[in-house]
Amino acid sequence: MTTARFKVTFAGPLVSFQDQGRIGHLRYGVSSSGPMDRLAHRAAHALVGNTKVGSSIEVSLGGLILECVAGEATVGIAGGGFSVHCGATKTTGWTVQTMRQGEKLTIRAGDWGSWTYIAFTGQLVLDHWLGATTTHSMSGFGAGALQAGMEFEVQNTEVRDARNGDTPCPKIAQTYDTIRVVIGPQDQHFDPASVETFCTTPFTLTEAFDRMGVRLRGPELTLKNALSIPSEPIIRGSVQVSGDGVPTVLLADHQTTGGYPKIATVISADVDRLAQMRAGATVRFKAVSAEDAIDAARAYNAECSATISDLAAPKATLAEKLQNLNLIDGVVTAKD
Amino acid sequence: MGLPTFKPVADYAVLIEFGTKVDDALNRKVVALDKAIAAARITGVVETVPALVNLLVVFDPLATTHTNVQAAVTTLFPLGPTDDVETTAHSVPVCYDTELSPDLINVAKAVDMSIEAVIAAHMSANLRVSMYGFAPGFAYLSGLPDAIQVPRKPSATRGVQTGRVMIAGPQCLITTVVMPTGWSIIGRTAVQVMQDDPDNPFLFNVGDSVTFERIRREDLPARLQAP
Repeated sequence: MTTARFKVTFAGPLVSFQDQGRIGHLRYGVSSSGPMDRLAHRAAHALVGNTKVGSSIEVSLGGLILECVAGEATVGIAGGGFSVHCGATKTTGWTVQTMRQGEKLTIRAGDWGSWTYIAFTGQLVLDHWLGATTTHSMSGFGAGALQAGMEFEVQNTEVRDARNGDTPCPKIAQTYDTIRVVIGPQDQHFDPASVETFCTTPFTLTEAFDRMGVRLRGPELTLKNALSIPSEPIIRGSVQVSGDGVPTVLLADHQTTGGYPKIATVISADVDRLAQMRAGATVRFKAVSAEDAIDAARAYNAECSATISDLAAPKATLAEKLQNLNLIDGVVTAKD
Repeated sequence: MGLPTFKPVADYAVLIEFGTKVDDALNRKVVALDKAIAAARITGVVETVPALVNLLVVFDPLATTHTNVQAAVTTLFPLGPTDDVETTAHSVPVCYDTELSPDLINVAKAVDMSIEAVIAAHMSANLRVSMYGFAPGFAYLSGLPDAIQVPRKPSATRGVQTGRVMIAGPQCLITTVVMPTGWSIIGRTAVQVMQDDPDNPFLFNVGDSVTFERIRREDLPARLQAP
């Protein structure tokens, strides 16, 4: 076990440290934050064999370049289909690599997805706020955003070369264009035709997209004189509609209360998949009942747990891998 | 007290609403229910978010359902008299020096009162923490006297620092993070709503009462005395 140090050579906007979130302070105006894609964050830890889900780096489409300036550590990367360069290795998407002193890790936007996660063996040494490292983007509280020139440390790192290599992105972590919602809680402020339109017409994600939310483009949703409703609680997934009839889906760093009516709320099984989509992508909202939404949450949770245990399962040692390779070679040779 | 309405929110929350018009009596019911839910320790409830006229109950969908939460909350009714709910009274020292309070003169002009009269009205108010929102530690204090209510400024001032006492409409708040705002800054305080105390991170609870007392500029910590 060693301590490794990393230097940030380049960081795009919205690249930050995250952990599982800051739960329990919504009542004080503090959103839970945490990863935009919670499954991918867990998966990055599982890929490197971490039994505890600690902090990770959330990389935006802006990209990130890290240099290992001391020590060594195996790192897991999971999220969208990003382009990954580690030392001499060039790959995409879901991968495990070992970074040694002097090596660079470069992550850039790839074929799909808006966010990817880097987990390290060992523990990132980070600032906490209200018991969590996760960065609240509006205030900057927590461990904060990554900036070029800064350095950070990872304690108790390990080299787990046996885990190195690529893993296909599981289907459950990929994006899809149908996003389930429960209608309400302020659908009474909308023209019934607008609720119907919301569920039957595709919307497009716009560039107005950050950790607080994403504005959509599509047909105007007509409000029934509802701009003076009292400020009400907001949660992740709330679809609020402003006075000009434009919907915004609130995401990880949402404000906790607001006075715009919410036509619907994206269910927890789908909200992170929506967050992984990119500006320009088309989304279709499908209304489900509250009961079906609960069933979906339970099914999604079971599927996530199964995915995580698959990813966390011990990988073959290098010797075993070589042996497998020989066996396959043997088969190929026999065929020849 | 009649039963509020319950609305499902996605797969993990229920919005409980007492009415649709902002009024102190409804907010007191919200606070009373919030305390009752906390005391009842309902299975699967993760946290609650009290707001002006309604309360969001966030739950774990693996542990419970909207129906079960609604049933458990319904058993808490009728709630006791809202006057019996235990809250804390806070007195916040504030410096109204005009050099540190850039909008005080304009507020006085807008409401056609002297600066001293505006300050006196602000200090006479017994405000209530009616909810938090917008940003961490942004406690909305409601109940500002009619005489000094002003609308938001036409354009926002950028980079407003922490510890500013601001007003807009019937509400007052103390800034906790640097941000742009269209509210009018009428004073400065050393009181931090967001505290550096992990056991007690926020000074106010929703339902608490707040009054302001006047201090001199030299009574502010040095870092706050500069314009």
